[in-house]
Amino acid sequence: MTRKAFWQGYRDCAPFIAVVVPFSLLFGVVARDAGLDLLQVMAMAVLVIAGASQFTALALLQEHAPVFIALIAALAVNLRMALYSAALVPHVGHARLGIRALMAYLMVDQAYAVAVKTYEEKPGMSRAEKVAYYFGVMALICPFWYGCTLIGALVGTAIPTSLQLDFAAPVCFIAIAAPLLRSLPHMLAAAVSVGCAILFAGFPAGLGLIAAALVAMLVGAQAELALRRRAARREAEGRA
Amino acid sequence: MIDDATFWTLTVLLGIGTFLIRFSFLGFFGRRQLPDWVVLHLKYVGVGVLPAMVTPLVLWPQATGGETDPARVIAALVTFLVALRLSVTGALLAGMGTLYLMQALL
Repeated sequence: MTRKAFWQGYRDCAPFIAVVVPFSLLFGVVARDAGLDLLQVMAMAVLVIAGASQFTALALLQEHAPVFIALIAALAVNLRMALYSAALVPHVGHARLGIRALMAYLMVDQAYAVAVKTYEEKPGMSRAEKVAYYFGVMALICPFWYGCTLIGALVGTAIPTSLQLDFAAPVCFIAIAAPLLRSLPHMLAAAVSVGCAILFAGFPAGLGLIAAALVAMLVGAQAELALRRRAARREAEGRA
Repeated sequence: MIDDATFWTLTVLLGIGTFLIRFSFLGFFGRRQLPDWVVLHLKYVGVGVLPAMVTPLVLWPQATGGETDPARVIAALVTFLVALRLSVTGALLAGMGTLYLMQALL
């Protein structure tokens, strides 16, 4: 059964290859352009595996920002993953420490989104199947992440900028987020998230994102509680 | 040029720090039951984080030096509608396709 779950994850994640490929290719190209050698580009892709923070770190290195500042900014971009980590606990928190460490290393936006969506849609999955599913998702994404970074670094500046590969990142995040809007509180939270991101645009890199996400989560949770209270009140009135 | 020592210091520290962020809850609180209010808020992590990440990338892209580009805004809206109604793959193709089309037209 776990083998079936593994391959299910592998297949479910396939559409996101269309996102991982341009994103990692682009990182390889941009990093070489910034003057990193092949080993440096690959070291960053393998040690960090987090595109947005890799781009942030690279941009700040180019601006000769102090290491400390570049580190804080790039880490702030990744803070959202603490939330992913917490969201995965009810599903895969039972696994052995070594397995959980490997899951943590492999935790990327796409894997989190695909896995948690499936866990919520199929509450009947066993714990072992959930773990196998997670690794199935990453078994597809991870080789593409490393491989396409390498290809990007090798072909370098041969990719024309007219292809606008930078836009693949937001397109990807929108494609992940839209199917999550399955209830009124979810839609409300997403709208608040967009509004706050605009409002907090002046915050230092990464902090605006965290602040907007926290406000949106509060609004979503409170909206859900309000709906539950209203439903309970209606039910009580119906009985009276 | 990026200084070698600066690069390696940053990359190694970023790698360790990013791992610790990812490992935080899974690693240190894995076997503990989370309280109800935490579970309630966690349901909204995805819709809280992703739109906030997308918004600046669409409105103020680095590729245009931070200038708002109508082609990108329209392409983002098309991506959203297709992802809502059809499929993820369709949304990716429609998003990039609309961008190329809009840039050719505008």
